[in-house]
Amino acid sequence: MPKRVETIVLHDSSTPVLGDVQKGGNVVVTSLETLLGQARANSLWPLTFGLACCAIEMMSTVASRFDIARFGSEAFRATPRQADVMIIAGRLSKKMAPVLRQIYDQMPEPKWVISMGACASSGGVYNNYAIVQGADQVVPVDVYVPGCPPSPDALIYAVLKLQEKVKRHTARNLSDLRLTEVHAPRRLEEVEA
Amino acid sequence: MGLYKQVVKPVLAGFGITAKRLKHRKVTLGYPEELREQYPRTRWRHFLTRYDNGLEKCIGCSLCAGACPARCIYVEAAENTDEARFSPGERYAPRYEINMIRCIFCGYCQEACPTGAIVLRKNFELADYKREDFIYTKEMLLEKYPGEADAPFVGHYQKTATRKS
Repeated sequence: MPKRVETIVLHDSSTPVLGDVQKGGNVVVTSLETLLGQARANSLWPLTFGLACCAIEMMSTVASRFDIARFGSEAFRATPRQADVMIIAGRLSKKMAPVLRQIYDQMPEPKWVISMGACASSGGVYNNYAIVQGADQVVPVDVYVPGCPPSPDALIYAVLKLQEKVKRHTARNLSDLRLTEVHAPRRLEEVEA
Repeated sequence: MGLYKQVVKPVLAGFGITAKRLKHRKVTLGYPEELREQYPRTRWRHFLTRYDNGLEKCIGCSLCAGACPARCIYVEAAENTDEARFSPGERYAPRYEINMIRCIFCGYCQEACPTGAIVLRKNFELADYKREDFIYTKEMLLEKYPGEADAPFVGHYQKTATRKS
């Protein structure tokens, strides 16, 4: 049967040429969400959000020994407008929390958050008045990384976990593909609340 | 003369450095496929160990919980009976929970333990999606057979690689 189709294609000049079928090649059919998921997962650009000692391990993850560029995440951006994933590295103080939220809001959709280390994920040893007990009180966190600080391998494992999550994402409708901004910018009252 | 001194010579010098670097050893580690050798005293995931006869080493004394600077360990103790014997001593721990996300892997619990029940081993692949999954219960921490904790750590991506081949 495939041979028959190929013969027809070869002999009928009115048949539209589809890919490399005439040369005997193959056609791959996939869904748009799979394609987008693959593209997004393999180019997760992190935002530099180093808050404390975990940032040192984050820097060493980018350096040549661990080289996060192998997973397409080497482009650390200092501006939220060009970043996909925010790596919260370090303890998040209550004074920093509004800043973190604002920067998260400024990131374009789709966006993800990795909470790196015990302090960012839950407060760690700093169970006191100054530290937010978990960054998920401020922003939605996708992957938590335990450790104090997590070694570069542990952070790479978290990035791989996030890639799996991004690839697995299934869109139920058009807005779920997140081609445009899903959430409208927050109003002033919401920011102040 | 100026062209040679100002353009050609610095360019050649620069390429000379590149040429020198070419013969250097490559430093990048192939992490997900292969693991780097970890130091012998690396402290990551906890295990509750057993004696060789299968009895639990933990006696539910809560010294680990007392020593923990992050207060992430919860221990509940109960009496052993002759019908239901879990540990050689009088008491055992029916509940033993560690909040992995709050733990800072300092190893004070390991130092405080009088029976050497809680040990920290080299499994660093602990990242997960949900906060609730980080409460490691006794079933997760307790080794299935004596000596499981001392088995060499195999990463998640090495396991999948061997399964495929």
